[in-house]
Amino acid sequence: MPELYTYAVSRIHAKEAGLLNKTDIEQLLAVPSAEEALRLLTEKGYGSGEEYSGFSELKAAETVKLRSFIDELYIDKKPLGILLRQTDFHNLKTAVKLVYTAEKADGYFLENGSVSPEVILEAVKLKDFSELPPFMTEAAQKAADGFSENGDGQLLDIYLDRVCLETMLREAADTRVGLIIEYTEMFAALTNIKAAVRCALTKKSRAFIDEALAECGTLDAGRLAAAAASGLDEIYKYLEFTDYKAAVDELKISLSEFEKWMDNRLVDLIKSQKSNPFTIAPVFAYILAKRTELRTVQIIMSGKRNSLSEDVIRERIRDLYV
Amino acid sequence: MENLGIIFALLGASLAALMAGIGSAIGVGMAGEAAAGVVTEDPGKFGKVLILQLLPGTQGIYGLLIAFITLSQIGILGGSSDISVAKGLLYLAACLPMAFVGLWSAVKQARASVAGIQLVSKRPDQMGKSMIFPAMVETYAILALLISILSINGIGGLNI
Repeated sequence: MPELYTYAVSRIHAKEAGLLNKTDIEQLLAVPSAEEALRLLTEKGYGSGEEYSGFSELKAAETVKLRSFIDELYIDKKPLGILLRQTDFHNLKTAVKLVYTAEKADGYFLENGSVSPEVILEAVKLKDFSELPPFMTEAAQKAADGFSENGDGQLLDIYLDRVCLETMLREAADTRVGLIIEYTEMFAALTNIKAAVRCALTKKSRAFIDEALAECGTLDAGRLAAAAASGLDEIYKYLEFTDYKAAVDELKISLSEFEKWMDNRLVDLIKSQKSNPFTIAPVFAYILAKRTELRTVQIIMSGKRNSLSEDVIRERIRDLYV
Repeated sequence: MENLGIIFALLGASLAALMAGIGSAIGVGMAGEAAAGVVTEDPGKFGKVLILQLLPGTQGIYGLLIAFITLSQIGILGGSSDISVAKGLLYLAACLPMAFVGLWSAVKQARASVAGIQLVSKRPDQMGKSMIFPAMVETYAILALLISILSINGIGGLNI
């Protein structure tokens, strides 16, 4: 009998009632200053009852709370590891750049990955990658060798971003959980489209584009790379024959409009989990929902700090899970 | 060979209590996990989720009832236990609806109860509706109970 995650999913669904909804977001948009927005957030349950000087502190507290909550569910967290891969590969990129450009590490690393930044930094420094998890070992070796030879930060970024996507896709397939597979596939495909458009805008070579795009099931990386090498119109033409036809209209407006559409589509995909009583999928969806909420609140808070009008902020905010 | 009648009849009674009991134990356990999850987040919902947790427990009671009636009829609890092989097989057959439907409906009702508990955790005002969904599954356990009772009572009057 497959694992049902009954206790975990019940806690998750009870916890969903505490996520911010549209009314909360409207209230947050209506407050006149960032300080008052911060106060409103703490009233809505953000943080741990302490005083916070800014949103970054509050966001860090919320991230720690989320992690502790997931730990308290006492479930096998392996299928959720996919959600940490972007942080892991970001830290690997940072470590390689820091070691080979001899900069200081403070503030560049992200917390809450599956491997501590110190372990990654030490592995890159010593060129001994045996302490890293298997999904990172080969990529870390290649990235370090490549960057030490050519010193090209852009090449390092695209290589590790691609390996990150490929790792996520592989791990998603191993989970055999429909939602995780579908989500990762859509995430990888949309990230590929974004990378292809950026390459087309900056007129990158075919070899560079090939290095940037990950193979996924719903997009042909080779055809997308060929289209990107020929220009934006060719990307649009290719996308017309794929599941991501709707992306073309958004891309024609702007890349940031596409990014917003991409985030909304990913949230739409996970919304079905609000009424799923079993499996790890609702846990996966809740983590993504909380992340989306934090990103939305961050957009509002930075808008408030920069005194942007309510309408301008509203244009940038993403759909919520609840 | 002359005792086979009572063996088959007792097997039927045991299966009714055993399978329906197993189903209820699985069901109440599953719903209990869900209830504990909700109460961890909101202890105020204990009363509401407890009712939903108990719903898959009825099949075990029905199984016990069938086993008890069968034991009374076949003389295990007193009286003559001299029953024919044919009657013994009939008692076994009479107990099977409760045994199988009890097991299966308890497990399925538990899934509906878990969903109901999760519904109550989000919308406490929907308590009535959240009880109706698992209660629908109960219908089939009651139908099986009826058939088993009618059959067991009927067998006693047969002259075989």
